[in-house]
Amino acid sequence: MITTYLFYLLAFLSIMFGLMVVFAKNPVHSVLYLVITFFTIAGQYVLLNAQFLAAVHIIVYAGAIMVLFLFVIMLLNLNKETEPHKSLWLKLSATIASGLLLVVLVGSLKNAGTIPHPANFNTNIGLIENLGKTLFNDFLLPFEVSSILLLAAMVGAVMLGKKSIK
Amino acid sequence: MTLGFLIYKIIFVLIIFAITLLVATYSTYAERKIAAFLQDRIGPDRAGPFGILQPLADAVKMFMKEEMIPSVSNRMLFIIGPGVCMLTACMTGVVIPWGPAMNIGGKVYPLQITDLNIGVLYLFGVVSLGVYGIMIGGWASNNKFSLLGAIRASSQMISYEVAMGISIIALVMTTGTLSLGQIAADQPGMHWNVFIQPLGFLIFIICAFAETNRAPFDLPECETELVGGYHTEYSSMKLGFFLFAEYINMFISSAVISTFYFGGYNMPFIARFVHDPNWLAVLGFVFLFTKISFFIFVFMWVRWTLPRFRYDQLMNLGWKILIPLSILNLLITGGWMMRSEILHFFIK
Repeated sequence: MITTYLFYLLAFLSIMFGLMVVFAKNPVHSVLYLVITFFTIAGQYVLLNAQFLAAVHIIVYAGAIMVLFLFVIMLLNLNKETEPHKSLWLKLSATIASGLLLVVLVGSLKNAGTIPHPANFNTNIGLIENLGKTLFNDFLLPFEVSSILLLAAMVGAVMLGKKSIK
Repeated sequence: MTLGFLIYKIIFVLIIFAITLLVATYSTYAERKIAAFLQDRIGPDRAGPFGILQPLADAVKMFMKEEMIPSVSNRMLFIIGPGVCMLTACMTGVVIPWGPAMNIGGKVYPLQITDLNIGVLYLFGVVSLGVYGIMIGGWASNNKFSLLGAIRASSQMISYEVAMGISIIALVMTTGTLSLGQIAADQPGMHWNVFIQPLGFLIFIICAFAETNRAPFDLPECETELVGGYHTEYSSMKLGFFLFAEYINMFISSAVISTFYFGGYNMPFIARFVHDPNWLAVLGFVFLFTKISFFIFVFMWVRWTLPRFRYDQLMNLGWKILIPLSILNLLITGGWMMRSEILHFFIK
């Protein structure tokens, strides 16, 4: 029972802070609201008993990626004068396009229906031991391929960071 | 979970919180005394016998000072910064096992606030959040020196987190668990992890120095270049919070180092002399604090012995020495664990 209330509280908070990310005038405030949004989503993972996912979500998103975002925004020192001014037509077309996307999403999700709850659903599936066994037995190839993808991205970043390639 | 157990947990949380603050308070006194000893001075000796009341005098001074908030600063974030710093510093003590479980009247009382099965990851997550307090405070001050200090702090912490994480992975491979309670319990007697993971320990302690912004890695508050670093604009107890958070971090890092590599509450030969589990728990608590005090002393000893690094030296050490070393440590650990399979592969 208490988990239902917690779910609604966390869902409300994540939507509220998600909106604050968009509506905040100051980009640094936006980033900080986004960090809080990540925390609420990590809370949802904990409610699903996926503690490993929650911890990794916090470490990777809140602890690493958002720090880099904050880093860049603080160094750029964005303010009103440097803000690029878009024309009214551009703003209008962007609003219509994103509104249409919303309509499509709502329309496609409306008839999706609820996923039936499996009778013998293993609630411990999100714990690290089960997750590791699943990843390294059933999904070994996709797991290794995604690690190669990350390695390629790292090599690319190092190459871009070099001043001159001899 | 009964009501009695809940009350026990709340009381235990408060006790740990009080101990954390007390140890951090007296670390400031210890730091001055050790600095004085290493520099052939006497150190604080006015407040009380041997200056034992000096931290109290410092606290009163901090509270009484004029509170200044720069008019050009971002007021809300300026106030939140030190709070976030303090919060993340205090949050890490939750998963540390302070002693083996006590057994009073047939009920088991674990001396650990919560034994998360992802304790190591929780610790790592909170440590990686620690950078926000400094960054928010430094940016909200609207001062170039503060911003530079904040950026230095965050880039330093991000760089050393990588090596720290890889050295922790090697440790987790040998222990086979992510729960700190289990890691401590798996090191009875003299079976400490430091003998299994000497290189990992060395990397971890260097990264712990960098993560707590202690000398020789205290570049974020390098006064010769940056005035006061990220807390240049802070005064009164907000400055106190920033400084105090550093001491709490030092205490918690010492506790984590003791738990990960030095057996936590375990002590060799003690099981031969003491058989009552409750006395073992009390003694374990005392042993853990002896180890923690030793590591806090090491932190201070290093601070007053080594000069500060230059910034490029710091980055070179982090990226070009510690990360390759930690990956090497990971490879050696993995190779050792798979030794029979590897031998089988080559001999066949």
